[in-house]
Amino acid sequence: MRYATRIAVGPVQFRIGSDWRAPIAALERLYAGYPRDDARAADATVRLFAARPWRRWLRPSVHIGGDFTVPDALPLPLSMGLLAAEMGMNLQVALGWRRHLLLHASAVARDGRALVMSGESGSGKSTLAALLGEEGWRLMGDEFTLVDPVSGDALAFPRAVSLKNAAIGEVAERVAPGRLGPLLARTPKGDIRHLIPRAEAIAAMHEPARPALILFPRFGGEAAVEPMGEGEAFVRLTEASTNYVALGEAGFATLARLVRETPAFAVSYPDSASGRALVEGLWAEAVR
Amino acid sequence: MADPLYRAAPPAALRVEPLGELTLIFDRRSMQTHVVAPPMPQILDAMGDDICSAAVIAERLSVAFDIERAGGAASIIAERLDELAALGLVAAA
Repeated sequence: MRYATRIAVGPVQFRIGSDWRAPIAALERLYAGYPRDDARAADATVRLFAARPWRRWLRPSVHIGGDFTVPDALPLPLSMGLLAAEMGMNLQVALGWRRHLLLHASAVARDGRALVMSGESGSGKSTLAALLGEEGWRLMGDEFTLVDPVSGDALAFPRAVSLKNAAIGEVAERVAPGRLGPLLARTPKGDIRHLIPRAEAIAAMHEPARPALILFPRFGGEAAVEPMGEGEAFVRLTEASTNYVALGEAGFATLARLVRETPAFAVSYPDSASGRALVEGLWAEAVR
Repeated sequence: MADPLYRAAPPAALRVEPLGELTLIFDRRSMQTHVVAPPMPQILDAMGDDICSAAVIAERLSVAFDIERAGGAASIIAERLDELAALGLVAAA
């Protein structure tokens, strides 16, 4: 790889290489405030490479590679190199990480306790976490939450938040422009703009937090709260975990403990303001 | 035809975690997770290490839970045993 950088997000040290300078420069700007330890061995490698050598110059398109690859991953135009890098980083963690149970969930923390929010793309978990992260909560991550099999604690993975479509405007009006990345318009996932987490969240990224509340948010419809039984929460979180099967009995024990010790609710909300109000109400009950 | 006989998976092969109304069973041999509802865990408990028929299990459950033996209990348990066998949690003996 002609260009390379290293980025540490929570416990994961990435090595990212690229045939082009632009995606690496964009990443280095987004992650400038993250602690850097180039001497540490990389846990995951992401490569952004040209399909053919000449394609680096002619209609360049980015292929994503690394320790793990998805055969059908589409090449992206070079203008979306930053998105390709992000997808590559997610892919390497989702497929390769073994030290913790990995949940496809956002998380925020307050007073050393964590709120974990699991949901599909479009559920609003990422936007809710980003907004709470601007309002007195510590953003632990918008995409992945790691659970330690030994302690049961949640560990942060505070990558740059991937804001999509309507969430971009909603968050942009609350934060300094310098905390936003370039607008990536009309990507396969819609419009995307990255948000750099607050400096406090980055500084605290190695601090674990004991889970206190699990939510399964759903954006749209009337505001509603439905308590979820431990069995259903367990099954839904196995579906939300990318490495549950790979961890074997350790994953089983970690998840059983998590749902047994942590109350869970399904919540629906029509807009971010009511979503945040629901979260605050449930949180007050959970930590009482 | 004689009642089919079954033996439960050895206790060391299973990790059982009751979770509210459901029970999680992790099978260390297959690395599979099973989420089961009553009476599955109770059937496995009642079998212990013994080779059992549905009728024997029905008898043991009626004693353990102090319930009257209902006529259809053995046939219901026979169906559940069939399902437990499909999961690999009991095997024909």
